[in-house]
Amino acid sequence: MSPQPDSPDIYDIAIIGAGVVGCALARRFVLDGARVVVIEKAAEVLDGASKANSAILHTGFDAPTGSLEQKCVAAGYQEYLDIHESLGLPILRSGAIVLAWDEDQAAKLDGLIAKAHDNGVHDAVRLTRDEILEREPHLSPDLKGGFLVPGEFLIDPWSTAHAYILHALANGATLLRGTEVLSGSFANQMWRLSTTNGPVEARQVVTSAGLYGDIVDERLLGKAAFTIHPRKGQFVVFDKPAAELAESIILPVPSATTKGIVVCRTIFGNLLVGPTAEEQDSRIDSSTEAQMLADLCAKGTEMLPALESCEIAATYAGLRPATAFTDYQIKHHTLQNYTSVGGIRSTGLSAALGIARHVASLIPNLKQVPINNPIIPEPIRLSNYQERDWETAGNGGIVCHCELVTKREIEAALTGPMPPTTLQGLKRRTRVCMGRCQGFYCTGPLATLTEGRLDPPIGGTDAGK
Amino acid sequence: MPENSPPQKCSVAIVGGGTSGLALATELTRLGVKDVVILERENTAGGVPRHCGHHGFGIREFKRLMTGPDYARALVKKAKMAGVGICTSVTVTALHPGGRLSLSKPDGSAELQADRVVLCTGVRESSRAQRLIGGQRPQGVLSTGALQSMAYLQGKRPFRRPVILGTELVSFSAIMTCRHLGIKPVAMLEENSRVTVRQIMRPYPALMGVPVVFGASDVRVIGGHQVEAVDFLDKAGTRQMIAADGVIVSGDFRPESALLRMSHIDVDPASCGPSIDQYGRCSDPAYFCTGNLLRPVETSAWCWREAVETAARVALDLQARNDSSAPSVPLSLAHPALKLVVPQRLTDSANAGAMTQMQIRLQHPYKGTLIARSGNETLWRKHINSRPERRILAPLPHSESGAPIELTLT
Repeated sequence: MSPQPDSPDIYDIAIIGAGVVGCALARRFVLDGARVVVIEKAAEVLDGASKANSAILHTGFDAPTGSLEQKCVAAGYQEYLDIHESLGLPILRSGAIVLAWDEDQAAKLDGLIAKAHDNGVHDAVRLTRDEILEREPHLSPDLKGGFLVPGEFLIDPWSTAHAYILHALANGATLLRGTEVLSGSFANQMWRLSTTNGPVEARQVVTSAGLYGDIVDERLLGKAAFTIHPRKGQFVVFDKPAAELAESIILPVPSATTKGIVVCRTIFGNLLVGPTAEEQDSRIDSSTEAQMLADLCAKGTEMLPALESCEIAATYAGLRPATAFTDYQIKHHTLQNYTSVGGIRSTGLSAALGIARHVASLIPNLKQVPINNPIIPEPIRLSNYQERDWETAGNGGIVCHCELVTKREIEAALTGPMPPTTLQGLKRRTRVCMGRCQGFYCTGPLATLTEGRLDPPIGGTDAGK
Repeated sequence: MPENSPPQKCSVAIVGGGTSGLALATELTRLGVKDVVILERENTAGGVPRHCGHHGFGIREFKRLMTGPDYARALVKKAKMAGVGICTSVTVTALHPGGRLSLSKPDGSAELQADRVVLCTGVRESSRAQRLIGGQRPQGVLSTGALQSMAYLQGKRPFRRPVILGTELVSFSAIMTCRHLGIKPVAMLEENSRVTVRQIMRPYPALMGVPVVFGASDVRVIGGHQVEAVDFLDKAGTRQMIAADGVIVSGDFRPESALLRMSHIDVDPASCGPSIDQYGRCSDPAYFCTGNLLRPVETSAWCWREAVETAARVALDLQARNDSSAPSVPLSLAHPALKLVVPQRLTDSANAGAMTQMQIRLQHPYKGTLIARSGNETLWRKHINSRPERRILAPLPHSESGAPIELTLT
């Protein structure tokens, strides 16, 4: 996992944090011709804020007009559309409907549509209650009205970021997982970072450390321009039969602090309800609470009454790295060759590619030559709405019956260019154990298939009798 | 290793090669039905008993006490000797009208057209997510089934000091699995005020030195990479913590019904299985169902006997080509303490081989009178003093009047 001995030891860019933003940054700089190292504290990429989100590709229709967030979401959205086919990334063109459930919310709809138009989302259009119920017959007739945003889509939250980092790795980037940056010094236009895995030298540092953004800035710059206030979001995922209950993404009228509770399909063919928005101090504790989960189920059933008889497949919680500011906190420190990318809250998945372009534009002296014909990594095909491996010959048989994950897919992940180091990493790469049985059937065989590959091992550290 | 590739056509395709599927196939073949094929998604047939390394199987079927794996092997052997085609590593991915199935096999996808399909996909335990168990998400939270698969089939020991959630029969089976692994659970947590299993098993945890905590609610899992503890609210509403390195989320079985729910076949929201008539037929008459997919949860011995009876009905149906458009009369539940009834409807036909009893389950413990009515007529009354985990059997009336039948309690 250390820099290859035959390559020069000095990187052009060191990226700290391998969430979706870090992965997109790595891809951008590598394609622009830079020598890039990505340093991740956790054993696995996408292990912080990026591990749990609602997996929507947002247009930015409701972002503050003219904000950096709106600009990055719009640019990220466009680039995703441009590159998703070449990287083999799925897209489910579901559209979204923003719904008003009472008169107060209904009164805000026209303002929100005007804002969408201001944000360049010109196809946002008001729908009557009847038009909505015709499109979405499973919605509760209690709704008052709403508007359609045709360009809001569903994507794969993990394969997307994996594709970005794999694109970077295939074209020369270095990834250091399980490596925490402890301190650093900047002298003679060179950063020398001290990490738990030895020193790393780079001309520029870009931090995309999510929930630890302020801590990394304090360690390297001595101060941070923002403080992270983790905001927890809990989700309930319903099993695949529930996916037919909502064609569109169902969004509420947003409040000042949150986009509110979303109901939507996932690209994996489930139905998701969430997130909550709960302020907390801990940067690691993404606990779920039975009462909150029950409330989410109730909220979902209020909107889609047929959800009541649907089975839950999974529950989870994620932490968003919020700050006291509404906008992203991206700042280039010219004198220190340092760029801090912080406060990327809910929209990071949509904005990542746009953030990467924005950051690249802030760093003036790289003078790299974009690489010709970059190598495209093997695509990851986990979408329920495209052909899957189990439909093709030589798949080795299905190991995970709920998510129809084949032996060949698991082996490909384990022997691929970025093999998983934890079960969580394997789950995000293949969806194994992510289904309704939560491992009832596949845990045993999986423990044997992954023997010696994961830490901690699935089967425990010692053998039974 | 996968055996037998599935044919493109057969007379009866059985989805699931557990106790029900194997018993049904064997009996169908004994009754002279040719071309009976079992489609099993694991690489070995046998189903849940394969995981249960302890004794308690086979008394009725093989007249001797067997372990689960021995019992599963005996069922497979008997089916093969009878001439049943067992196709393993074959997953049914979709059910289509008229008995057409989509399949996934190691060499890609395929289709199979059967004259009749019998759904025998069985049950699994509810997951942590389905029970809305909160807390962190460390490794080491397993169902009994997953633990047994690891312990008996893969030779793994995922933890040493687990807490068991639940006190059903399978929770006791989890204690036995722990014994097999040379480990001892630190506690059993039960939300109710008494254990769920029958009287005769109650001293078992004490004999094994496993304390049972009653009235434990709002259980949360604590831990980073691996489980470190479990906490819960005790009877008095105080939060208590137990150090542990694993959690066995046991019991609360539910039908493995996703395939069914994504098909055209009617599902009974109460049982979560298909809505069947007194012949075991689903809303699409090319489909039948038997075993634990009908309702959670019965023993292997019960499922075996039920499957043998279902086989006779399927065999008759293949000969008689029953009128599929016959109207049916619903059996409905008119009291909140009633959870489910199987069958869910009666087809107005006087064919031989119909079930003679209905199976009823309760939502919560109840003592009183169970009544079956048809219009203003009381069909029967039956005193009950029962609990949710027990089956109640009652006579299945004929519906000559064609009027809906309603079950209620007083």
